Amino acid sequence: MTALSDFFLRSMQTQAFRLAAASATVFLLVATMIVGALFWQTNTLLTDHVVAELHREAAELAAEAKAIEPEAFADRIRARSLTAGTSLYLLEDVAGTKRAGNLPALPAEIAGSPTGGVFRYARDGDAPGAKRLAVGIPVPVGPDQRLFIGRDVEAQSELAERIKRTFLWGFGALAVAALIAGLAIGRSVLRRVETINATTRSIMAGDLSRRVPVTGSEDELDELSRNLNGMLDRIEQLMSGLREVSDNIAHDLKTPLNRLRNSAEAALRDPRGGDAYREGLEGAIEKADDLIKTFNALLLIARLEAGVVEESAETFDLGHLVHDVAELYEPVADEAGLALAIETRDGIAIRANRQLIGQAVANLVDNAIKYSAEAAGGAGMRDTTVSVKVTAAADGPAEISVADRGPGIEAKDRDRALRRFVRLEKSRTRPGTGLGLSLVAAVARLHNGAVRLEDNDPGLRVVVTLPLPQGA
Amino acid sequence: MRVLVIEDDRETAHFLQKSLKESGHATDVAGDGETGLSMAQTNAYDILIVDRMLPRLDGLSVVKTLRTEGNRTPVLILSALGDVDDRVKGLRAGGDDYLTKPYAYSELLARIEALSRRAVPEEQETRYAVGDLVLDRLSHRVTRAGEPIQLQPREYRLLEYLMKNAGQVVTRTMLLENVWDYHFDPQTNVIDVHVSRLRSKIDKGFDRPLLHTVRGAGYMVRDGAL
Repeated sequence: MTALSDFFLRSMQTQAFRLAAASATVFLLVATMIVGALFWQTNTLLTDHVVAELHREAAELAAEAKAIEPEAFADRIRARSLTAGTSLYLLEDVAGTKRAGNLPALPAEIAGSPTGGVFRYARDGDAPGAKRLAVGIPVPVGPDQRLFIGRDVEAQSELAERIKRTFLWGFGALAVAALIAGLAIGRSVLRRVETINATTRSIMAGDLSRRVPVTGSEDELDELSRNLNGMLDRIEQLMSGLREVSDNIAHDLKTPLNRLRNSAEAALRDPRGGDAYREGLEGAIEKADDLIKTFNALLLIARLEAGVVEESAETFDLGHLVHDVAELYEPVADEAGLALAIETRDGIAIRANRQLIGQAVANLVDNAIKYSAEAAGGAGMRDTTVSVKVTAAADGPAEISVADRGPGIEAKDRDRALRRFVRLEKSRTRPGTGLGLSLVAAVARLHNGAVRLEDNDPGLRVVVTLPLPQGA
Repeated sequence: MRVLVIEDDRETAHFLQKSLKESGHATDVAGDGETGLSMAQTNAYDILIVDRMLPRLDGLSVVKTLRTEGNRTPVLILSALGDVDDRVKGLRAGGDDYLTKPYAYSELLARIEALSRRAVPEEQETRYAVGDLVLDRLSHRVTRAGEPIQLQPREYRLLEYLMKNAGQVVTRTMLLENVWDYHFDPQTNVIDVHVSRLRSKIDKGFDRPLLHTVRGAGYMVRDGAL
């Protein structure tokens, strides 16, 4: 019982039930109005018909009364009364004594009325107390007598009553059906919403792998479930990204911090004293500087990802900047025994943050030189060219490409290499922050551009595409 | 040189005061923006070192107020906020230079010394000379002991900046910012390679080196040993 009442209570709280109930109510109201109007119309039509007929007869009788003697008129009334059917007659003298007709007496309801109206009367042979409905009007038949004629409308009234009852039963049944349908819908909706709620509760409790079931009915609730699942996928992805980020940050900062601490400790323990202290402190400062570099790179990537650099965009010549930055590395490439081929053209105007684009290009060229130098050192390589190019199609984006002959990145690792904060295992052991490529990707994203990694066969080619300003 | 340090972190302020004193600069310290502003208004300083985030009145407002009042004392802004936008904001507020925390003391010292020099009305020198090294800014010719030296345009500008700050330490970052106009970290010590190339052109074959490496700080052009 409590379960049932509880179910009703919950059903009544569902949106579906409320909607069903509301629509049932509105439907009933409108239906009642329509039925009322119909009923009234039918009633008036029937009554009007009867009244018109009465008036016609009244006129006929009035004319007759003038033409013939009162006694003869009374006979006529008597004759009519015999074959009356639904017609009612009452002829009285001035004193109120009945002279002819099938009505026992003048009905009290319309006794004094000059226009007549509705009244009730009892027919001979009817059960005592049973009264029938009728309409009647007085007929002017001269000063010596009074005539009152009427029609029994009990049949019409009964018909109307039956129509009313039928309508009421019909609509009552409809209303109940609407409510039951509402409840049923409410119940099924409630059940599915409850499933969604249960799932989201367990997700809130920490089980991020749960998903809301999809029934396959392709309705709005399925769409809701799908959207919720999509959102959960995204959140889970972000969460695991975040975990990866914090793991990487921890690794990137803790390892050098530990090295810093180690070198300070080692210096302190060194029996040589003064000189060892100096060396140790110098080493510590160097390691602190490396830490600061890594920290700055991490912070910059984070801020770029958040898209907070906006005030410093300027219009500049991309070819010029790339050429300049690449040139900065020319002596370095030279010393490493590498050829640096710079191929840019002027006149590619771009609107961007010059420093960030410069930093990105510097990272790419720096990486290319480092990896090429390593590879060149290993086996006597024939081609050691690091090539830097800037191109722009007539209406396409500008492309900066930096290609080296180093070890490259395996196809399966390329996607990962560009993800924020990700460092490939191989790069962790190399000098530098190892965040270079992540930073390039972040800079490109900030400028609505993209980075792709290609095979330079052998080596790696990094292509940064940057959209040119519209109408340029 | 008389320096005012406006910095709310007492340890940092104390470190700066002590270090600057050792470098021969008289230093006052203000612990918040309001005090710092009124000290800068009442006393004549050669340089102001202003932290960006200060209690009561932030660093940028202090600088803005001083500039509106016509105070042209060189200002070095210190900040933990280091990206390009922050720099632009700092310089727009009226700062002359911007240094991001954490920094090396040698970097800070080199920068304030360069700043105080810039404050001296620069009579457009057309010629820099250090020892027998001469740079003519009109003809863009460089000679050492009368012999012409061929320099690439970038090498010329590198030498020009070093000679303009002759006798003073110039850090790698200062070179990167002033000669290349790059405000980012080039990862590798590219500057060292450029300087050593320049050095081989101006010092090679001469007994007295003029371009010196200052350990842990940067470079200096100077006639005579360090």
